[in-house]
Amino acid sequence: MGELTHNYYLVLGAVVFSIGAVGLLVRRNPLVMFMCVELMLNAVNLTFVGLAWGLNDIGGQVAVFFVMVVAAAEVVVGLAIVVAIMRRRDGATSDDLSALRG
Amino acid sequence: MSLQVFTFLLAGVIVVSGAIGVVLSKNPVHAALFLIQTLFGVAVEFLVVEAHFLAAIQVIVYAGAIVILFLFVIMLLGVDRAEDMRVEPIIGQRPAAIVTGGALLGLLLAVIASSDSLTGGRSQKGALDATDQLGAPLPNVNQLAESIFTDYVFAFEVTGLLLTVAVVGAVVMARRIPGALQPLPRTALDASREAAAEAALSEAAEDAADDGVDVDSAGEV
Repeated sequence: MGELTHNYYLVLGAVVFSIGAVGLLVRRNPLVMFMCVELMLNAVNLTFVGLAWGLNDIGGQVAVFFVMVVAAAEVVVGLAIVVAIMRRRDGATSDDLSALRG
Repeated sequence: MSLQVFTFLLAGVIVVSGAIGVVLSKNPVHAALFLIQTLFGVAVEFLVVEAHFLAAIQVIVYAGAIVILFLFVIMLLGVDRAEDMRVEPIIGQRPAAIVTGGALLGLLLAVIASSDSLTGGRSQKGALDATDQLGAPLPNVNQLAESIFTDYVFAFEVTGLLLTVAVVGAVVMARRIPGALQPLPRTALDASREAAAEAALSEAAEDAADDGVDVDSAGEV
């Protein structure tokens, strides 16, 4: 065990990223798939912060800041798309959404 | 075991169990609540390595705004019914996905295990243990602000543009269009569902005929 190193953060990030990737592939509900994307983004944020600490550099934390902004924008647009689809048809699993034509 | 490692492991258990909960919970509302658990755990992990500002906006932006947005959409659309996890639309896709995820994890862990030390150039300014002129350590928020508003100021301005575009796009897409909505084109899945429903109907009619009951008159009664 000993002292905390950046490798702890890399391992935790790898585990959470893999769980998110499996969830994205397995689940059918687009909302839950979005949540799995959030998990993967958070895993990357963990590695950024861990490496910023390991390298003694603020740049990693700045990167996390921008990742959070992009994640917020992505969720807003993605949920708007889900709302627009659900207005037009009942049930929106990823199997129902194979046609892109409006 | 130092206090840092202990806190890291405790928060790590919270993060991983929440992540597994997001993937396995049938109800989307439960998945959102597990996501909050994971995000709070990640905020604690940020605090362990003294990323104070990021821990704060992790809680405020992620748990306070993004997950609430998820819950709003779930409840607005009424999609909070449980997903049937036993149905497997593509045969063999789920085991393949789990194998892929396991392989990805193994690959990432192998890369981490084989890299023994941190390499690479460091930026000239912005050390986390920087001090001011009097030798006092700079607070994390000040350091982050200085970096964002000097080195990364253009990226910061583009971020403002991105958020504006995202908000306008969300309003345009989610607004109610006057007039009747066009139904989306039928997909192969719709056709197969209708065929299954018709088959079930004709089967029921045959059963009724076998029992000597006229289906049409039974319907009228």
